[in-house]
Amino acid sequence: MKKKKSKQPSKLKELGNNILEQINKGKNPGIDIPIRALSNVEFDEKTKTVRLGNKKSSRYFFHVAHAKKFLQTLDVAAISDNLIKEEKHASLRDVFYMAKRTILGTNVDVVEDQTESDSVIEDLELITDQSREQMHINANKNGSVAGKVIIEDKGDVINWSKLGSGGWSIPSNVEDIKFKKIAAKYILYMEKAAVWENLHEHKFWDKNNCIIVSSQGQTTRGIRRLLQRLSKEYKLPIYVMCDFDAYGFYIYSVIKFGSINLAAMSDKMAIPNVKYLGITIEDIEKYGLHKHLIKLKDHDLSRLKQIKEYSWFKDNKSWQKQFEAMRKLGSKAEIQALSSRGISFMAEKYLPEKIKNKEFLD
Amino acid sequence: MATVADELAKKQKEISISEFFLKNRHLLGFDNPTRALMMVVKEAVDNSLDACTEMKVLPEIKIELKQVNENRFIVIVEDNGPGIVKQQIPNIFGKLLYGSKFHSMRQSRGQQGIGISAAVLYSQLTTGKSTKIYSKVGPKKVAHYFELQIDTKKNDPNVLKDNEVDWDKDHGTKIEIEIEGRYLKGKQSVDEYVKETAIVNPHATFIYTDPEKQRLVYERVTEELPIETKEIKPHPYGIELGHLIKMLQDTRANTLSGFLQSDFSRIGPQTAKEICDNAKLKTEDKPKKLEPKEIEALFKSLQETKIMAPPGDCLSPIKAELLDKGLKKEINADFYATSTRSPAVYRGMPFQIEVGIAFGGELEKESQIRLMRFANRVPLLYQQGACAITQAVTETNWKPYGLQQSGNNLPTGPAIILVHIASVWVPFTNEAKEAIAHYEDIIKEIKLALQECGRKLSIYIHKHIRAAEQREKIGLFEKYIPELANSLSNLTNNKKEVIQEKLQRILKKELPSLEAGNIGGDENEPPQNTKETGDKKIKHEKKEKQTTLEVKRTGK
Repeated sequence: MKKKKSKQPSKLKELGNNILEQINKGKNPGIDIPIRALSNVEFDEKTKTVRLGNKKSSRYFFHVAHAKKFLQTLDVAAISDNLIKEEKHASLRDVFYMAKRTILGTNVDVVEDQTESDSVIEDLELITDQSREQMHINANKNGSVAGKVIIEDKGDVINWSKLGSGGWSIPSNVEDIKFKKIAAKYILYMEKAAVWENLHEHKFWDKNNCIIVSSQGQTTRGIRRLLQRLSKEYKLPIYVMCDFDAYGFYIYSVIKFGSINLAAMSDKMAIPNVKYLGITIEDIEKYGLHKHLIKLKDHDLSRLKQIKEYSWFKDNKSWQKQFEAMRKLGSKAEIQALSSRGISFMAEKYLPEKIKNKEFLD
Repeated sequence: MATVADELAKKQKEISISEFFLKNRHLLGFDNPTRALMMVVKEAVDNSLDACTEMKVLPEIKIELKQVNENRFIVIVEDNGPGIVKQQIPNIFGKLLYGSKFHSMRQSRGQQGIGISAAVLYSQLTTGKSTKIYSKVGPKKVAHYFELQIDTKKNDPNVLKDNEVDWDKDHGTKIEIEIEGRYLKGKQSVDEYVKETAIVNPHATFIYTDPEKQRLVYERVTEELPIETKEIKPHPYGIELGHLIKMLQDTRANTLSGFLQSDFSRIGPQTAKEICDNAKLKTEDKPKKLEPKEIEALFKSLQETKIMAPPGDCLSPIKAELLDKGLKKEINADFYATSTRSPAVYRGMPFQIEVGIAFGGELEKESQIRLMRFANRVPLLYQQGACAITQAVTETNWKPYGLQQSGNNLPTGPAIILVHIASVWVPFTNEAKEAIAHYEDIIKEIKLALQECGRKLSIYIHKHIRAAEQREKIGLFEKYIPELANSLSNLTNNKKEVIQEKLQRILKKELPSLEAGNIGGDENEPPQNTKETGDKKIKHEKKEKQTTLEVKRTGK
């Protein structure tokens, strides 16, 4: 569906025409939008991914609570339609500024901050059944990759092992990248850019014959698509390294099962065979990280409680053990806590040992 | 040789009440010139209103302040009451602690009979002038004119003039007192006193001329006279041991049972027997021959036996409906709530609490609310901090009712809170009669009344604010329409103006349901899952919680 550009404009225009039709009939115009929330998410046991349910909500223009959001939806639709027509691309931030203006005769802005336009873009993806990249909207690039891999991107040949200290920045759209040569046994993904830099400095990918990938915080769609393609097309195992805390666990969960917000795109994003490498409660015990823990705050605990209840974790004994251990410990641990054992400890001892012994959580 | 005690005995002599108050005038509220001016007006007006009530006539009271020089005023108060018979005029105005009210268990403005004669005393003390009194008791009677002072040593009137005069009035009393005073505007001024008195006496007309010769007329808004109160006998729960001893001595009854039934309220033969049984006394014992130990047992039994609460017909509340009228005529606000509690008892004394709240309109938004306190329809302008009413208001949590409040302070917001206590005996903290003593039973009743009004206020505020928000949002549709038309025009290549016009037509059609707060579309649709609706839900839950809390509190 992503390859036929000629088909794209019609979907946004279809939306516009549908609304116009309702207006012509003298009806209060409305749009049906699938609900993006835990209440409308199911875990598909077959594919082991998070799926969007069938619940929809209606957004009306003449409704005191919906009006602005309705306006935003159509505004961004028009912006995207124009981008496609002019064959230009814009970032999420650009779209925010293209939509942002004060409505004449009021002190109300069409969008007040970027989360509003971002959310509307996600709605439009569901309404029109196409990704934001297909609507010519890109996210900022985020994340770095290094390894013995050669790719071709827009006619340029890029060697991931020869890009200095920064590595290759992963773009928001990786659909058109061609992999020319891959010499790696596995992929190591980590939540923290600082950890990636440390491993890159140690030439970890060279010594261990792997690809190292990082983001800063949440894994972007570009990274997730890149990982999925490498996993699907080259059958490379993927190991994920996150902080031992509820947010770290969720990063892993998103990569593996898909996210609640983008449940509709799980088949393009989720990678059910990724494994969790660390940090685990066993690591804390084995490597004596007790002195380097951070106390849990209230929001950590409530997030932990939520994650514990997710249907894809609920019956997983080894994960429930981690959750329970964290609750008992009352503390969390960052990946960097391993540095307390020396700056090379992670690269030279922790990771090789864990991978060799296959100490993973599934 | 004379002992020291003998020497002292020469100096020991009775001090007259007049002399005592001469030296302790602050006890009566005459401690500074501003307050003294207010006090004189107050004492005279209180007397006039009480007299009119007695006669069952709709009061019309003229108040005039004439400025003689910078710090000297003539206060003139004239009423259409029953007048005073000639022989009594000197005693009423020229003798302290003379009056008909001290001994009666009945609600009235003045209680001790100190008031007006204290004003006369204050006048003579600060200006040396005599007080002038006109009085006429009926259309065919002749009017009397007196000029008098007080003989402070003897506490007796000193009459300087006693004439018969013509006065073209059917009946009434007029008093002219010249005093040292200061006239200021504000919360504790004569102006405020007259205004507040007009609020709680909606059956009275006041014609007030201030020192700047400005004439203000406060018209009555009801012809309904205050309920006539009945005199009651003391209730056993309020009695003190010393008082009981005196009553036993003074009684005309020959048996204990008879004494209990005739000299107390709410005691019948059955209850009398029960009291005697509990005290291990016989119903036919002679009251005058009880031993101290027996009296003590009787006293204890009186407190412990279950006796019906005193009757409420000794009380004359303003009544919520008339209080509402009173507030509406003098306070320009958007919302009014009033409530009158049922009579309750403190120390055996019946009392009744009334509360009124005025909100919005011209009232100041940012400052603390204005608290108006009243006892038996008399405004209390001083000693707000020392008053039980203030305590009850500050201890009430006003946030659930829609007013701001920080800590245990008066709430802030555009509101007036009015509290009235009616009682046969209002417990003041001192003789200036400006602050109510802190009896728990009284504070509790005030709080309950405040909560009753608070709930009404909260419904109004929340509805009002929601309605305002709704109106604002509906107003926004007009502005959203061109924006939406523009987007749709870009998407569909249709003319913006055509779309805009059609949207405007739909808005007109949808307007009634939008204003009613209905959702603009199919009501069977599930609610929109946006942050906005989520927030609203939370707000609703919070509100419900507060209400249940309130119910619990009242339930106590």
